[in-house]
Amino acid sequence: MLATRVFSLVGKRALSTSVCLRAHAHGSVVKSDDFALPSYVDRRDYPLPDVAHVKHLSASQKALKEKEKQPWSNLSLDEKVELYRIKFNESFAEMKRGTNEWKTVVGGALFFMGFTALIIIWEKHYVYGPIPHTFDEDWVAKQTKRMLDMKVSPVQGFSAKWDYDKNEWKK
Amino acid sequence: MVSSTLTKPQMRGLLARCLQFHIVGAFIVSLGVAALYKFGVAKPRKKVYADFYRNYDSMKNFEEMRKAGVFQSAK
Repeated sequence: MLATRVFSLVGKRALSTSVCLRAHAHGSVVKSDDFALPSYVDRRDYPLPDVAHVKHLSASQKALKEKEKQPWSNLSLDEKVELYRIKFNESFAEMKRGTNEWKTVVGGALFFMGFTALIIIWEKHYVYGPIPHTFDEDWVAKQTKRMLDMKVSPVQGFSAKWDYDKNEWKK
Repeated sequence: MVSSTLTKPQMRGLLARCLQFHIVGAFIVSLGVAALYKFGVAKPRKKVYADFYRNYDSMKNFEEMRKAGVFQSAK
């Protein structure tokens, strides 16, 4: 019992965001307490919403609702679909349909990464000073020689790849 | 709309089936990763270390380093 109460809160979670938009989309008069009434939601995790999708039935729809009270074998296929559409806005297949949003997201992310690259290039040229002298080729060569003399990581790492007999890197 | 009847979908035991799938999968994946690591990384590494230290002469190593001039306290 408590679980269903909590569940109804989940449905109402979408309430404040979507009801306001939907009310304006209908173009109908929005009473001040519309948002406080149970509303319809298309949610995968709330399959049977609090109210039907169509609130105000036309004359033919009202007649159909009357026919629904008789044995359902009397209903044609189109009438059954019409009853479904009165109750529900989108079917599960429709509400679960994929969009192309991911392309926009990936494209936008890559675009801004590229823009950041331009900023960094500008920064390297106009902001940063020279790199330390320890990056000179000469210095790095002497540094490498010293590391090999010290036998840095002799088992699997740095010095393990140097052939001490032939004085060259192992092939 | 649809002239032929659709097959009735699975109605019960959905969570149980999902759980079984994922529990079995988790077992296989974790055991597989562990086995791959053991035979791909751990075993070779132990072998390399064993081979390195089998005929390792620490004094010879020290002499080589001393001659290369990396020490301050032993020239």
